[in-house]
Amino acid sequence: MAKIAPYRRPNPDTQPPYLHPAYVSTIKRAPAKSLIYLPHTLSEVTGPSFTGAAIDVKACDLTRQHSGNPLGERIIVSGRVMDEEGRPLRHSLIEVWQANAAGRYLHKRDQHNAPLDPNFTGCGHTLTDAEGRYRFVTIRPGAYPWGNHHNAWRPAHIHFSLFGAAFASRLVTQMYFPGDPLLPFDPVFNSTADENARNRLISLFDWENTIPSQALGFKFDIVLSGREATPMET
Amino acid sequence: MSRQATTSQTVGPFFSIGMTRMKRDDLVSAGASGERVTISGQVFDGDGKPVSDAILEIWQANTYGKYAHPADQQDKPVEASFSGYGRIPTDDEGKFRFTTIKPGQVPDLEGKLQAPHIVVSVFARGLLRRLVTRIYFPDEPTNAADFVLNLVEPSRRETLIAKMIAGVNGALKWDVILQGSSETVFFDCGL
Ligand SMILES: [Fe+2]
Repeated sequence: MAKIAPYRRPNPDTQPPYLHPAYVSTIKRAPAKSLIYLPHTLSEVTGPSFTGAAIDVKACDLTRQHSGNPLGERIIVSGRVMDEEGRPLRHSLIEVWQANAAGRYLHKRDQHNAPLDPNFTGCGHTLTDAEGRYRFVTIRPGAYPWGNHHNAWRPAHIHFSLFGAAFASRLVTQMYFPGDPLLPFDPVFNSTADENARNRLISLFDWENTIPSQALGFKFDIVLSGREATPMET
Repeated sequence: MSRQATTSQTVGPFFSIGMTRMKRDDLVSAGASGERVTISGQVFDGDGKPVSDAILEIWQANTYGKYAHPADQQDKPVEASFSGYGRIPTDDEGKFRFTTIKPGQVPDLEGKLQAPHIVVSVFARGLLRRLVTRIYFPDEPTNAADFVLNLVEPSRRETLIAKMIAGVNGALKWDVILQGSSETVFFDCGL
């Protein structure tokens, strides 16, 4: 019972720091003291799982949650969820949320002067399949302004929340779109030092999953920490 | 070189759109055994201002010290009525509150039992990645020898230990201070 195979830890440059002053909200919310290294115990290598019972199978299509069609460019976002070794994360919950095509969130605190869409809520969820694949149908979210600095605009993005197999693999991220001219100016996207890691947040245009006369495809693969093969000395 | 885990990004201010569906602030279904506790508190930023756009996720063992997860191979009972997962957003005053069962003890890396604890992720606007912390219980003799509490300098341990609310049975208080002199202890858990 004693030794526990921990989850892999990321190369630090591939993850954002807590304090990134260009993203102003981090200044008063980032911890000032050093984090304490926590070896993974049974508490961290276990975690919640969400099975079919907790899932609404229709929730993977964000364009069919109301009586009419939402405005905007219909897209299909799909990909695979895997660990660092490429092993699929099966039957794992993914939650998404996003702005509508005009760049407006259905949220009481969103003050952006852009219209809400009565046919778009902007929230969905799904489970990965037996190969770790997922697929959402949605509309391409609009860019939106925010108060971080003068003339600040967030590039178009979809928020993703993933659980993986354990507490240690929990991840919330954002998916971006290829060629977005706002990306070089966005302090959230640019908070991570490693350029390759940042760029992996940008989905790829996906011909294969583009449906004629229907919807453009975008591919976004996600890697969650997986377990080390063997217990490590601590 | 194998792949690297995908880069974390903030939940932003509008996470309730996607995360409210699974809000779970009462973990105790009918039939779950153990001592019921209600833990409430507030999240504060470095200026002592309440953080109204944060969300906590908790994960814990049941009253027997057993996680509802295949990696827990201990010979202890699982209860279908207790999953051990909770998700609790803060309100307009930065306050949160949840009801659960006081967890039993689970082993540490040496196989010695840890003190009862709940693991916590904190997400918020302004947090580019989650913060990881733990909630321990007051008046718990096993705290003194707990392997994780002993990684923390003694003066800061109390930020991890909930306080009893006088006169209310089973009511505990535990705040999250993101930054400052009485900052909560946060752990490097990897991601
Ligand atoms: Fe957003």
